[in-house]
Amino acid sequence: MPTLLSAWFNSHQPNLHPPSFYSLSLFRSSHPPPSPNPTLAMALSRFASSSRSGSLLKPLSSAISLRRPISTDTTPITLETSVPFTAHQCEAPSRTVQTSANELLTFFRDMALMRRMEIAADSLYKAKLIRGFCHLYDGQEAVAVGMEAALTKKDCIITAYRDHCTFMARGGTLLEVFAELMGRQAGCSRGKGGSMHFYKKDSNFYGGHGIVGAQVPLGCGLAFAQKYSKDEAVTFALYGDGAANQGQLFEALNISALWDLPAILVCENNHYGMGTAEWRAAKSPAYYKRGDYAPGLKVDGMDVLAVKQACTFAKEHALKNGPIILEMDTYRYHGHSMSDPGSTYRTRDEITGVRQERDPIERIRKLILSHDLATEKELKDIEKEVRKEVDDAIAQAKENPVPESSELFTNVYAKGLGVESFGADRKEVRATLP
Amino acid sequence: MLATASQRILGQSFQNIRPAVSVLRSYSSAAKQITVRDALNSALDEEMSADPKVFLMGEEVGEYQGAYKITKGLLEKYGPERVLDTPITEAGFTGIGVGAAYYGLKPVVEFMTFNFSMQAIDHIINSAAKSNYMSAGQISVPIVFRGPNGAAAGVGAQHSQCYASWYASCPGLKVLSPYNSEDARGLLKAAIRDPDPVVFLENELLYGESFPVSDEVLDSSFCLPIGKAKIEREGKDVTITAFSKMVGYALKAAEILEKDGIYAEVINLRSIRPLDRSTINASVRKTNRLITVEEGFPQHGVGAEICASVVEESFAYLDAPVERIAGADVPMPYAANLERLAVPQIEDIIRAAKRACYRSVPLAATA
Repeated sequence: MPTLLSAWFNSHQPNLHPPSFYSLSLFRSSHPPPSPNPTLAMALSRFASSSRSGSLLKPLSSAISLRRPISTDTTPITLETSVPFTAHQCEAPSRTVQTSANELLTFFRDMALMRRMEIAADSLYKAKLIRGFCHLYDGQEAVAVGMEAALTKKDCIITAYRDHCTFMARGGTLLEVFAELMGRQAGCSRGKGGSMHFYKKDSNFYGGHGIVGAQVPLGCGLAFAQKYSKDEAVTFALYGDGAANQGQLFEALNISALWDLPAILVCENNHYGMGTAEWRAAKSPAYYKRGDYAPGLKVDGMDVLAVKQACTFAKEHALKNGPIILEMDTYRYHGHSMSDPGSTYRTRDEITGVRQERDPIERIRKLILSHDLATEKELKDIEKEVRKEVDDAIAQAKENPVPESSELFTNVYAKGLGVESFGADRKEVRATLP
Repeated sequence: MLATASQRILGQSFQNIRPAVSVLRSYSSAAKQITVRDALNSALDEEMSADPKVFLMGEEVGEYQGAYKITKGLLEKYGPERVLDTPITEAGFTGIGVGAAYYGLKPVVEFMTFNFSMQAIDHIINSAAKSNYMSAGQISVPIVFRGPNGAAAGVGAQHSQCYASWYASCPGLKVLSPYNSEDARGLLKAAIRDPDPVVFLENELLYGESFPVSDEVLDSSFCLPIGKAKIEREGKDVTITAFSKMVGYALKAAEILEKDGIYAEVINLRSIRPLDRSTINASVRKTNRLITVEEGFPQHGVGAEICASVVEESFAYLDAPVERIAGADVPMPYAANLERLAVPQIEDIIRAAKRACYRSVPLAATA
C-alpha cells in the first residue's frame, strides 16, 4: 500500500489532496467488487490507449500514471430530474431516478470525451484535415450517453448525419472516428463514408445518414425486423426538429403503429433546422405531440438522467404497445455544420446562456461535487486524460495511410459477380468487382 | 385443356407437380406452358418456402391477391406476418423495407407500377444502393424491388414510363428485366437470393402470356445467372438487343426479316445492370451491325449505353452506324393512335435493321 502511494505521488504534481484522503479513495478502488460492471469496464478501457489489465494494481507505474481511481461505488443514489416529463397519450414516468456514483462518473467521463472529440474535430476541419461536411454534436452529448445507458447492444440505433457521438456511445473508438473524418484506412468505414456515414453493425448502430428524414423509415424497418425475428429488442430512430416535418416520418409512424413495431422515434430538438428556427418551420413545434395517435414524451435533453429514464420507459412501452415519440429538448453549440457559424440566426447571448444554465457536463459535474462523489481536481484530471486520449488518437489517425486506390472499386456490391467497373477514363482504369 | 390443367396445378405446392407433369408429358409432345404471372408467383412461393427471412410487402399484395395477381395465394399460405399489405405510402414502406434488409431480412417490395417508385427513389438509391459502399461492406442490403415497368395500354403519361436506364445508371444496384416465363422464374429467384439490392422490372402486358418451360425451369432450384444475356435467336447479319416486351417484338421482326434474307441475331438482355457487354460485343463482332430496342425514352437510355459500349470495344467491326429504336421522345399520350406512335412497333425494328444492312425501304411503303 505505501509503495503504491509513493509511486503515485512521484508521478504527479506536489499540490495534491492530503494523503489520508487519497489513500481512502485508493482503498475503495483497489477493492472493487469482483463481478464485472460493464459501464466501469467501458470507462476503464478508455483510460489506457494501450493494453489494459483487469486489476488496477498491475502494471504498477503505468496503471497509476494513466489511470485515475474512479469510484466503483454502485450504491444507489436517488435524484430528481431537472424538470418533470410532459406526456402525450400516455402516463409520464416518474422524475425520480436511481443512479450511482459509478454511473455519474461514467456519464461525466463519456460526455467529456465526446465534447473534447467534437471540439478537436472543429480544429481539424479548420486545418483542412477534415473535408466536406462535418456536423458537430457538442451540447447534445446527454442524449447519446443517456440513451446508451438505457439500452443493450441488441437494441438498434439509427440517426442522421450528426453521428460522431452516437457512434462512440455504441462502442466506437476515437481512432475510428478521426481516421474516418480524415479519410484514412483505419476509419470505421475505411475512409469511404466520411463524417455522415459512420456505422457499427456489430453494435447494431446503423448509421449515419445524409438525407434528412430517411433514417426514420429505415429505423422503423429495423424495428420491423426485430419483431419479425422475435428478438425482444427495440430500435431508436433519431431525427432533428428540421426532419420532424418530413412526410416519410409520418408514413413510417403510421405503418409502425398499424403493425405494432417496437420503434422509438427520438426528436433531438435543438430548435434549429440548419438556419431555420423551429417556429419558422413547424406550425406545431410540440414534436412529442405530433404523433397524434402515437404517445409522446417531452424530455429535458440536457439532463442525462432524464434521458436515461425516458429511454428506459420508452423501450418498455414500445415492446408492449408499439411506437412512441421522445422529444429531447437539447441544444447544439456549433452551427449546423462547420460551414455555418451558427450566429446569424441566433444570438451569442442565447448560446452562452445555454452553456451557463443547461450544459449537460456542467450539470453532472455539479451533481458529483454536491454529492461528494469526487473532487473538483479529480474531475479536471478526468478531463485532462480525456483530452490526452483525443490528442493521441488524432496523432495516430494522422499517421494512418489513405485508402489504396483499388479501394475505389471495393464494396460496390456484396457480390460483384465478376462484372467490370470503370474509372473516369474507362480505357485507362478498369476493375473486376469480386 | 392441358393449359388450364397446368394453371390449376401451379396454384398448389410444387412438390405435388412432378407426377402430374410426367402424366402431362406422356400425353403431349409440347413442353409445358406457364404464364409469366404464374412463373413469378411460383418463384416467390418457392423462395419464401426455402428461406424464412423472405417476406413480401406492397399495396394489395395480400388480401387483394395482388393488384395484378402476381402474389395470389401467398397470404393464405404464409400468413400476414410474411405477406404485408401496406398503406399507399411508398416512401414510408420502401424505407421500412430497406431498414429490414439492413437488419438481415430479405424483403421483396412491390411497387404497383414503377412510376410510383419515384416516390421512394431516395430509399432505393441513397439508402439501398449506396450503403454497402459507404459502410465499406458492413451494411449489405438484400432487397428486391419489383413491379410492372414501362407502358401498359392506354394508361397515359404518368403511368407509362420505363425506369430501366434510370436505375441501371446507379452503381450498387442490379437491374433485371425478364421477358418470358423462364426469365421470370430464373431471374426473380436469383434476385431474391442475391445479397445486393435488385430492381426487377416486369411488364404488365406480358403477365398473361404463356411460354414453354422445361422441367429444369420448373425445378425449385432453378436460377438464372445475373449479368448474362441470352441469345434468343441466332443470326449472322444484324444484332438486335432488347429486353422485356421488346424481345417479343424483336423476335417477330427477325422472322419477317428472314423472309427478306436478313438473318437477325436477337439478344434478350435479361440484365440491364450489370450489362452483358461481352455477349453484345461478341455478337456485333459477328454480325457487324447493331439495332438497340427499348420501350423507354431515347435520351440517355439503355440503347445509348449499348451503343457507346460497342463503339468503345468493337468500333472496327461496325459496318454501319448503330441504330436505336426507342419510345418517342414525348410523354405518353392517351389516344390509341398516338400511343401506337409513341411506342416502338415491329415495323420500326424491321426498318432500322434494313437501314443498317443498307437495304432501306422508302417511307411510303411502310405506312
